[in-house]
Amino acid sequence: MTTVSWSSEPGTSRGPGPFLSVRDLSVRFSTEDGVVRAVDGLSFDVEKGTTLGIVGESGSGKSVTNLAVLGLHDPAHTEIDGEIWLEDQELVGASSATLEKLRGNRVAMIFQDPLTSLSPFHTIGRQISEVYRKHKGASRKEARDRAIEMLERVGIPQPATRVDHYPHEFSGGMRQRAMIAMALVCDPDLLIADEPTTALDVTVQAQILDLLKDLQQQYGTTIILITHDLGVVANTADNVLVMYAGRAAERGTVREVLSKPRHPYTWGLLSSMPRLTSSVDAPLVPVRGTPPSLLSPPAGCAFHPRCDFSQLVGSDLCFTQRPDISPENGHGDACYLTLQQKRDIRTGDTKEHA
Amino acid sequence: MTSFLVRRVVGALVILIFISLITFYLFYAVPRDPARAFCGKICPPETLELVRHNLGMDKPLFVQYWLWLSAIFVGRDFTQFGPCPAPCLGYSFATQEPVFNAIVDRFPVTLSLTLGASVVILSFGILTGMLAAWKVGQPLDKIASSSSVIGASLQIYFVGPLVVFLLVDTLGLLPRPSYVPFTEDPLTWFVHLLIPWVVLSIIFTANYTRMTRSQMLEQLAEDYVRTARAKGMSGRSVFFRFAWRGAMIPIITIFGVDLATLLGGAIITEQTFTLHGIGELAVRAVQNTDLPMLLGVTVVGAAAIVILNIVVDVLYAFIDPRVRLN
Ligand SMILES: Nc1ncnc2c1ncn2[C@@H]1O[C@H](COP(=O)(O)OP(=O)(O)O)[C@@H](O)[C@H]1O
Ligand code: SF4
Ligand SMILES: [Mg+2]
Repeated sequence: MTTVSWSSEPGTSRGPGPFLSVRDLSVRFSTEDGVVRAVDGLSFDVEKGTTLGIVGESGSGKSVTNLAVLGLHDPAHTEIDGEIWLEDQELVGASSATLEKLRGNRVAMIFQDPLTSLSPFHTIGRQISEVYRKHKGASRKEARDRAIEMLERVGIPQPATRVDHYPHEFSGGMRQRAMIAMALVCDPDLLIADEPTTALDVTVQAQILDLLKDLQQQYGTTIILITHDLGVVANTADNVLVMYAGRAAERGTVREVLSKPRHPYTWGLLSSMPRLTSSVDAPLVPVRGTPPSLLSPPAGCAFHPRCDFSQLVGSDLCFTQRPDISPENGHGDACYLTLQQKRDIRTGDTKEHA
Repeated sequence: MTSFLVRRVVGALVILIFISLITFYLFYAVPRDPARAFCGKICPPETLELVRHNLGMDKPLFVQYWLWLSAIFVGRDFTQFGPCPAPCLGYSFATQEPVFNAIVDRFPVTLSLTLGASVVILSFGILTGMLAAWKVGQPLDKIASSSSVIGASLQIYFVGPLVVFLLVDTLGLLPRPSYVPFTEDPLTWFVHLLIPWVVLSIIFTANYTRMTRSQMLEQLAEDYVRTARAKGMSGRSVFFRFAWRGAMIPIITIFGVDLATLLGGAIITEQTFTLHGIGELAVRAVQNTDLPMLLGVTVVGAAAIVILNIVVDVLYAFIDPRVRLN
């Protein structure tokens, strides 16, 4: 497995660094109610050919982060700071022409709900082929053949017939396959999948994730997989980024984060995940409370209103000072508890649940 | 698609028969006896009986309806007026001319008025609405949005004479509205109908501007538009090649309703501009208790609305593939 460098130093020299590097990103929306700090000082890297899983409850800024990578926020209402490097190209503040050339071509995205995300007015074939024509300058015929080839690649039976069908004539799983075909038609280097299986039923979910894994193995695509399900991450990703209130709570390899989770929020996510070892009707323990409002996030650690351990930290650090992720590389988390404290809590926790 | 059309046409025929039945029945409930009206002021009872007989009004109501209905397809022989070949809607009590001919004479006027106005309303409304959505929040958007409020509160019998006074009497820019058949001279046809079209569009366009604007903005916020952007489509092509389709669907639906309003409103429009169309025919038929004429105008008017709505439905299916299936 590729090791991940998590350097948080601003990208001064862009030598052979990570494939995608997000540095101190913040995304703020001005709304009628005030400024929404959807992403607030987020850094992470993705190495070429690996899969990064981004996990967090809904509203934690996962989609906003990735829409920022594609430059899809409405500039009239959005303020973006920080840096997003795709190899040696800075995407924050890039011209719309640059971004349009990138989108669907080098960086592609698939969305949660394939029914609403596909145009109801155009055939699947047309929606796939128009990307190919736009970026590769292919003829109508070439693009159509390519669309059929792509439908076949993502496992749609009778692709030559299906290519002329409309999205409403497809089942949910088939639609998401078509979405994937559309995203991959130009052989992108980076695929961002924003909760690609949330709208699908369980058996189809597994098929879609398998498909993504296969395609990655064959074509070496780098993938960012957004999900609120750690189970999905466990099966699919190499590295994990746990997001809370627009910031990184924890990051590391899947093995590290799942077997030795360090952040109390990650513990909460893990305990709300159905375990194979627990009895079937053991109730899930979700993280208590609700995510904070990003209009006026809590001072200090944004997680403190929901955290059971802030009194262990001593002083009032949790309530006054925002924790940064540490260490800078490898498995890190943004919490003031010492590693020893975390281990103690975890072993107690495990005993409780055993 | 074919079965869709067949179903719509059959449905339309059922509606038309229903409308004609109701109209037929209602006319016999009017307080004035049509035979007496036809007979004249001094009318001895035996003459009245004869007139009744000749008009076929001594037969039971459903027989009379059947005679009326079958005449449309096979024609009918009136003792009073002589033969009336199919399609026959009877003879006018007032002018003694075949109802069908009178309607055929007048129909092009009303059709020109309505369709011409529709074209102006739709093209202006959609264009300004698109522009407003494209420049949302900017001065152009504000002008379009506020002028649409003013337009919607205007009435034709107020704006009509005002515009005629301004453009015809004062400035002499345009000729007084009248009807010259399109087949005779398209340009004259156009110029003479321009004022009614513009006046109608002043009143109706507003609605379409507002709707197009809000529908476009709604569509632009849809997931599939975001997907199109994520594929690398430019803002402009997303706007003009993607979003408009979704925006047009509700607009076409409302247009179907407005078409009926325009046709029904022809009565007022034609009076305002002294045009001799179906609306005027209807007004006169009411004044004269001219039952065959009224019945004919009602049924033909209803048929026109029903046919136009089928056209609208076909358009609807053309734009939205989801409609084609069910
Ligand atoms: N265009 C926007 N304007 C204002 N607030 C937004 C906008 N997009 C997202 N948000 C807010 O930003 C926060 C993060 O959203 P998002 O990234 O979609 O969360 P998720 O992690 O579920 O994908 C949410 O509170 C959401 O309401
Ligand atoms: S920093 Fe404090 S409040 Fe935040 S997670 Fe750690 S212990 Fe809890
Ligand atoms: Mg999301």
